[in-house]
Amino acid sequence: MNRMQQSIENAQAIATSDALAVERTLAGERDAFRVLVERHSQNVFRLAYRMTGNQQDAEEIVQEAFLRAYQKLGQFEARANFGTWVYRIAANYAIDRMRQKQKEDARREPPRAGSADGVEDDPMNRVADDAPNPERLTQSLELRKQMEQALAALSYAERTAFVMRHWEGCGIEEIAAVLKSNSGAAKNTVFRAVQKLRIALQPIVGTRTQAQAMGTES
Amino acid sequence: MNHMTEEQLIAYREGIAEQRAAISDHLAACEECRAELERIEAVLAALDTLPMPDPGADYGRRVWQQIAPRLPEKRGRWWQMWLAPRRLAAAGAVVTLIIAAFVAGRMSRRDHGVDNSASREQVRERVLIVAVGEHLGHSERMLVELSNAGPSDPAQKQVNISAEQRRAEDLLEENRMYRQTALQEGDAGLASVLDDLERVLLDVAHSPSEVTPKQLEAIRRKIDARGILFKVRVVGKELQQRQEASQPAPAQNDSKKKERNKV
Repeated sequence: MNRMQQSIENAQAIATSDALAVERTLAGERDAFRVLVERHSQNVFRLAYRMTGNQQDAEEIVQEAFLRAYQKLGQFEARANFGTWVYRIAANYAIDRMRQKQKEDARREPPRAGSADGVEDDPMNRVADDAPNPERLTQSLELRKQMEQALAALSYAERTAFVMRHWEGCGIEEIAAVLKSNSGAAKNTVFRAVQKLRIALQPIVGTRTQAQAMGTES
Repeated sequence: MNHMTEEQLIAYREGIAEQRAAISDHLAACEECRAELERIEAVLAALDTLPMPDPGADYGRRVWQQIAPRLPEKRGRWWQMWLAPRRLAAAGAVVTLIIAAFVAGRMSRRDHGVDNSASREQVRERVLIVAVGEHLGHSERMLVELSNAGPSDPAQKQVNISAEQRRAEDLLEENRMYRQTALQEGDAGLASVLDDLERVLLDVAHSPSEVTPKQLEAIRRKIDARGILFKVRVVGKELQQRQEASQPAPAQNDSKKKERNKV
């Protein structure tokens, strides 16, 4: 068997196996990690974007998650799923980053009423204050803005739990591991997130649905 | 009639309710709770319309280019490669194969009284054929079960495929070993089918343990697109034929056994 054939076979083996790629990286083949990065970057990006709502932040989270995964690879349990593991690292880093960003923002700007004591902003209050008129509500951009605001008003734990469950279809145990809580608390966090989103958005979505039903939406 | 709480309806909608069947039964009978669930769904459906930027097909490559210069060199730890639990399990399977081949070779030598390397080779191949045949059988059963999986109740939003996922994880390492062996033995056809099977097993092993019917359908489509069930059946049959063809002539063996029994 010549060298080229052997390297083709090795590349094929790496491409088809996360576990093998992890083992090879640990054995000193740095390029084996590339397979894992290329295979899982899109999924991690999706999670990071949903959690932050910002593309640049999401891209930085993806890079940092893989750097941390590489550094901690020795702690990776071989029976575990690498995709889930790096996902968890990304979610934890996204939470840390959002917290840090909020602190920096708070230093730059005077605190908003209601959040000065560190209590998280309540979306109910914000929606009531910003309630737009019906004409504006019919515009998709406005609805989008309201939805982004409602998501941004969730606590980190609520947003993480909602993103992981609703959009990413993660199991409750996985969410609990990221939130460092138990499954009952994780379920409760998903519930609180949906409840807050509902309180913030139902009046708008309801109006929009009514407008669609009446054929008045442009 | 006691209505469902908002918490129960949200848990039901998000697939995390404990008493799913009871909630389903209640919803079937209660218009008020159905309407409440629809209001929850309308909000979630609106959120689902939020756009998601596409980072591009080459995103993974770009991420690698950005992080590669920042990765510290890792010193290889040779023992880690062999002590990883999954690899140990697969290595165990291969050791079992080698022992089986050795024992079978010894028995065959005793039977024929000839130390013939060609016949030992045949015995080894026969053992491999039997092992790969069994592996393909197990994989086929898992894929068929996955193809037939579905929500027991039409209102069910999640399907639990954790059992299939665990089996796919177990089959994955075995598959990798057999594929590498097939490549070393120069059996490109078998290696190619095992390679296709490995990709499907990877997809299943990396799926969430609970999937929506839509996600399940996507997994099924991937299985169908690769035609893997058909290939696995064809190769399984071919291996069975090879196994039968490589069996020593029964009449000769029987007569020898009979002769030995007479003594």
